[in-house]
Amino acid sequence: MRSGWEVVIGLEVHAQLATRSKIFSGASTAYGSEPNTQACLVDLGYPGVLPVLNEEVVHMATMFGLAVDATVAPRSVFARKNYFYPDLPKGYQISQFELPIVEHGELFITDADGKDKRIGITRAHLEEDAGKSIHEGLDRSSGIDLNRAGTPLLEIVSEPDLRSAKEAVGYMRKIHSIVRYLGISDGNMQEGSFRCDANVSVRPIGQEELGTRAELKNLNSFRFVERAINFEIERQIDLIEDGGEVVQETRLYDSDKDETRSMRSKEESHDYRYFPDPDLLPIEISAEYVEAVRKQLPELPAAKQHRFVEQYSLKPDDADLLTSSRPLADYFEAAVAATEAKPQLVANWVMGDLSGALNRDGLDIADSKVSAIELAGLLTRIHDNTISGKIAKQVFEAMWDGEGDADTVIDAKGLQQITDSTALGAVVDEVIAANPGQVAEYKAGKDKLIGFFVGQVMQATKGQANPAQVNQILKEKLGS
Amino acid sequence: MSDSDQKLYAQSMTELATGLDSGDFTSVELTESLLDRIGALDARLNAFITVTADEALAAAARADQARASGKGGTLNGLPIIHKDIFCTRAVKTTCGSRMLDNFISPYDAAVVEKLADAGAVVLGKSNMDEFAMGSSNETSYFGPVSNPWDLVCSPGGSSGGSAAAVAARFAPAATGTDTGGSIRQPAALTGTVGIKPTYGRVSRYGMIAFASSLDQAGVITRTAEDAARLLGVMAGFDKRDSTSIDQPVPNYVGSLNQSIKGLRVGIVRQHFDAGLDAQCAVRVKEAIATLESLGATTVEVDLPNLDLSVPTYYVVAPAECSSNLSRFDGVRFGHRAEKAEDLMDLYCRSRGEGFGDEVKRRIMTGTYVLSAGYYDAYYLKAQQVRHLIADDFKRAFADVDVIAGPTAPSPAFKLGDKVDDPIQMYLNDIYTIGANLAGLPGMSIPCGFVNDLPVGLHLVAAHFAEETLLRCSHQYQQHTDWHQACPEDFQ
Repeated sequence: MRSGWEVVIGLEVHAQLATRSKIFSGASTAYGSEPNTQACLVDLGYPGVLPVLNEEVVHMATMFGLAVDATVAPRSVFARKNYFYPDLPKGYQISQFELPIVEHGELFITDADGKDKRIGITRAHLEEDAGKSIHEGLDRSSGIDLNRAGTPLLEIVSEPDLRSAKEAVGYMRKIHSIVRYLGISDGNMQEGSFRCDANVSVRPIGQEELGTRAELKNLNSFRFVERAINFEIERQIDLIEDGGEVVQETRLYDSDKDETRSMRSKEESHDYRYFPDPDLLPIEISAEYVEAVRKQLPELPAAKQHRFVEQYSLKPDDADLLTSSRPLADYFEAAVAATEAKPQLVANWVMGDLSGALNRDGLDIADSKVSAIELAGLLTRIHDNTISGKIAKQVFEAMWDGEGDADTVIDAKGLQQITDSTALGAVVDEVIAANPGQVAEYKAGKDKLIGFFVGQVMQATKGQANPAQVNQILKEKLGS
Repeated sequence: MSDSDQKLYAQSMTELATGLDSGDFTSVELTESLLDRIGALDARLNAFITVTADEALAAAARADQARASGKGGTLNGLPIIHKDIFCTRAVKTTCGSRMLDNFISPYDAAVVEKLADAGAVVLGKSNMDEFAMGSSNETSYFGPVSNPWDLVCSPGGSSGGSAAAVAARFAPAATGTDTGGSIRQPAALTGTVGIKPTYGRVSRYGMIAFASSLDQAGVITRTAEDAARLLGVMAGFDKRDSTSIDQPVPNYVGSLNQSIKGLRVGIVRQHFDAGLDAQCAVRVKEAIATLESLGATTVEVDLPNLDLSVPTYYVVAPAECSSNLSRFDGVRFGHRAEKAEDLMDLYCRSRGEGFGDEVKRRIMTGTYVLSAGYYDAYYLKAQQVRHLIADDFKRAFADVDVIAGPTAPSPAFKLGDKVDDPIQMYLNDIYTIGANLAGLPGMSIPCGFVNDLPVGLHLVAAHFAEETLLRCSHQYQQHTDWHQACPEDFQ
């Protein structure tokens, strides 16, 4: 961060709601079909057709509202946002304007000092997505794919409470994890199911008035959010320090060049002429309905994180990471339940070797080649001293490669720790005999050399000796 | 059997149903005779945009077959005409516009479906003001429609083709739509019966939208009995229209014969102010006196905000139309300008060529009233006034069952007379617009003549009180014969 400047960021996150059919028509929302095969007459904006609300989106928006401690509006209204574009068949997008379904929410992120920071959620409203224009591979013309037209979106608007790109990403990750916990969005960023616009401005520290903001459009990965915002911060500060002025405009982030560039200025911006959509009735939600939805809410990331710290004595950061997705948290808890090993050890393995292997093979936790129960089996063998932590890594790789469960691998490879003190004594004797110099130094008071001797024994036993036991035998034999 | 002997064309739908039932003639014979009549006489009126002779004959044959095997719906084999605003799969749906000159809908409107399911035979699609915007049928891309009572006069609009066709005995009934008076005003000007039901009573699915919060489908007939018969088929909840209302449809025909003794008829003083043609006022007052002679009592009611209804309407309706008509952009269907240079050029030229002046005027007005900085002063204010008007009616209907008055300020005016004066044209709907703003059912029935041109009596009732309107109209028609009068050239 450049000294002397404060950054102010607000995010508009668009989460595609995971309904089977569209928000106002019966057409499927499945991704990746042939262009225009999933657009019915309503999606095509044919004369005479009318929108009919998919009630499922009301349920989903209510869940989200409750998850961020917001007010779920007893009455909210769909409005038309009017503008012309070929991928917008009706010439207006059905959205919500003055009366959104969710207002006044909040969530907490961890700031740079490791403290909880409250981020306000101004509103979340329901709207339909537009279609897609296709320019590649067409000679001097453009194609339009309306499969996406009418896909339900929840647009979640934050207060301008974020003060760095890192906080923005932290906030976006929280929203991502909440919508996936609730099962209301698959959060798939490659497919565009989860994306955001960022409003970024800077001001000299101490200035109360907000700087002029630029809106960065269509950021579809956490990395791009961070990079685009950081580029934009630098650009704005440079501009002001050089005596220029930031203009209010919409900018696009080019991930190839890692820069933002102007798309349209405020003067060119549309007057959307919002007005209540006369084809749709207001959404009315009773207090009873809200309570019924509240009862069905799953445990949410923040609550789960607190519970993990309390119940499993995990480090808060680890609990945070493990609860970032429900399948990961479920995996952890299933493993903890199936082993006597300490939960922190389970956490270390899930975040370490397991996550590493998943990343390497590009797998989701749901497709892990080592199940929670199998991992628990491995950790039990560390816990009961059958193998050391180091050997366990070897066993884990074999398990990942499909060589069987922990016990099968340990048996097949003969990896049990050597706990027979006579056998270990013999190895210790050999090591002492082979290193007279070090023995003399040790006896002369260089205590630290004990580590060297342990290492030699471990090497001779290919890591299968129990280190604590080796330590003890060495000390006895070296007569200290 | 010869048509002229039986004068099938002069019969009401109810009479024709009896004839079909007793085997006096077949639906094919009836259909052929009406198609012949249309072929011979419509050149004078231009009531049709499309005559669907082949489809009609096929449907009639199917109806006869169904009847022979003891099947068929309540309108089996009976002829109707659809206003060309209702989407039909069989033939093009133009909405009176060049924009949709060649548009074939891939689906049937709910109203079309329901009438087809009941066995009705569609003779064609009637002419109308472009996108239902007009009160004289002069904004149609397909040319103006003439009034059968005087060919130099307008039949009113926007459902002018439907009204002229029914008045000219081309069919006993035609569908229409009414956003500010588009069924009732042409009914008044052509001496026919027109009913606009409660907003939400008939599905808007497949009816090309003009102003969604005001548009409502209804029928034009010659008798209240036929209107009751058709409305019973058309009305009802449709889950494809979120604004349609889930309420059972009463048996409208069943209650027609109940007396109107004790019916409380509201009279609005402002209705008879200077704006109303003096002779029309006489006819309307006579009609009210007839209702009194049938046992109704009259009560003076006050609609204090009535004078605000036209300005309110001309904010709300254009606002909605400016958005509703955005989909006609030349991209997916409808008129597309040739050799557009770029996207903006395609939009501008397709819409510039496809829409007529009145449509453009309303799109511009609507765009203006919704624009940033003007929204509060116009659109929002209009919505507030709309509530006041609705409240006025609500108060009035605490004391009365129907409100009676004139449908239009004057009898039919000459084609060309008002076409260059939008305000004069808009004032034609001054008595009818209130019902649209408040979502109430309204009906016009013939109640006499001024200078050989028909005059309409306008009745408005509370939400879902169509039964009252139909019964009152039927009782009136049982005791009068204005509705029997046939224009001289079409006897």
